[in-house]
Amino acid sequence: MSSTIETKARGLAGYAGLVFAFLYLPIIALIVYSFNGGGVGGFPPRNLTFDWYRQLWLDSALWDSVVNSLIVALCAMVISIGIGLPTALALDRVSFPGKAIFRRLVLLPLILPGIITGLSLLMMVVLVGLKLSLLTVIVGHGTALIAVATTEIFAGLQKADRAQEEASLDLGANYWQTFWRVTLPNLKLPIIGSALLIFTLSMDEIAVSFFLIGRDNTLPLEIWSRLRRGMTPEINAVSTIIFTFSLAMIVLWYRLRTRSGEDVSDLVSAATEEIL
Amino acid sequence: MFSRAYKFAVSLPPIAWVLLFMLLPYALLFLYSFWTVTPAQQIAHQWNLQNYAELVRVPVYMEVLFRSIRIAATVTLLALLLAFPLAYYVSFYAGARKELLYQLVIVPLWVSYLVRAYAWKTILGSDGVLNTLLQYLHITKQPQAFLLYSPFAVVLTLTHIYTPFAFLPIYAAMEHIPRRLVEASHDLGASPMQTFWRVIVPLTIPGVIAGATFSFVLSLGDFLAPLLVGGPSGIMISNIVVSLFGAAYNWPLGAAISACMMVLVVGLLFATERLEKRWRVA
Repeated sequence: MSSTIETKARGLAGYAGLVFAFLYLPIIALIVYSFNGGGVGGFPPRNLTFDWYRQLWLDSALWDSVVNSLIVALCAMVISIGIGLPTALALDRVSFPGKAIFRRLVLLPLILPGIITGLSLLMMVVLVGLKLSLLTVIVGHGTALIAVATTEIFAGLQKADRAQEEASLDLGANYWQTFWRVTLPNLKLPIIGSALLIFTLSMDEIAVSFFLIGRDNTLPLEIWSRLRRGMTPEINAVSTIIFTFSLAMIVLWYRLRTRSGEDVSDLVSAATEEIL
Repeated sequence: MFSRAYKFAVSLPPIAWVLLFMLLPYALLFLYSFWTVTPAQQIAHQWNLQNYAELVRVPVYMEVLFRSIRIAATVTLLALLLAFPLAYYVSFYAGARKELLYQLVIVPLWVSYLVRAYAWKTILGSDGVLNTLLQYLHITKQPQAFLLYSPFAVVLTLTHIYTPFAFLPIYAAMEHIPRRLVEASHDLGASPMQTFWRVIVPLTIPGVIAGATFSFVLSLGDFLAPLLVGGPSGIMISNIVVSLFGAAYNWPLGAAISACMMVLVVGLLFATERLEKRWRVA
């Protein structure tokens, strides 16, 4: 009896190992070949070199796109949180006609393929007669990522103790003071957490940017346009750096979460419940 | 406890933003789909159903749409087959390594989409990692062409990308199963198999539905992976939309396809919501 359970557990562990291999081997291959002197393919990898990274360092077009991406990500972060925070507050404590539809609309970009968000914004930009530029990309990212800020902050609000705000108001503080001194400090962790996520997601976003980009490329689009000219280990090198960077952001985000004593799976299930 | 002014202050800016940058653009998408392009490449603001008629009439659109649905369904099935046992293992058997393993599944989720799709391109190419490895091991003599630029490559890449998406809600559902229920099932004499099928699986169904919805909808609308690894035979519906908005300049037709996609997605969300509610035990 107990031995069958053990075999079952061992079988499951083996299967889980295979799934992990499937998830990680491609990324590992990518990293290994960024050090390969002989190009993107060819087994076994040979002539280990840092040349591709050196080449990357001197690639000014690429660095320009990094700067563009940083600008976009920072501005998108401000917009998403600037709108996501009041959205979460409104969902938590205001009732108005059409609220259910409003909630669904806000959260829709989490699940709607990026192409639809990108295209419909493109149509509006054309209608208004705006020129495509980093600004349009910023509006696109900002709008699509409000959902991330809203779910995180809303989950934080549900856990926060509303009595504190009540006490502050009873003791004579006005709404503005209460917001700055009680509401906001209570939401510090979800706000910082969602800011990190939004930053990472925006740095990597490609489907929405694809339609809203003007002359200045963001980093993913610069990589994309190079991919069409052919693959070089230089792209592996830049991908490796992006991978390391995202990893660092995730670790940072995760540490924040665990410090707040919150279970991450709670958040995820909250998000899925919100959407579905 | 909140005054009127407070309620206005927190709800007006988001509502304005959503109206301006979400509702209006989505409405435009539908509007465009009822307009046409004149031979002089102007967009004529005349109401008609020409675009929708063309979608039904020209076989290639339906063909690609059905192929996309097929690819997305395959990806969803594979992602569930990978994610469900993985979630079951991590949630019930991983012991002390639970947190670590959970994070290991999360990491690829936030790691660049482009990086992961590109990784598959470097692996599947004719002088890519896999082909040269197979030749090195003398398993094959020449590069296997079917690996890259095929629906197979698209399915593989999308499965890799969306498996963590499927994993998360399934895992979350399993974590919410009170362990007392599992113990009670054992105590009442159920075999581990019975406990699995009668307790764990039914309580995980809402998570499975959510995970399936995520992976189906997101892979259905994907256009980057098909462009990178799909080749002509791996083209999906969004690629047609992209070309209609680019070189093939026909925005209204592209808008009509996008509008169909949007209706499909929103319809699916409503359907899965009802389905999930039915399975969710109080």
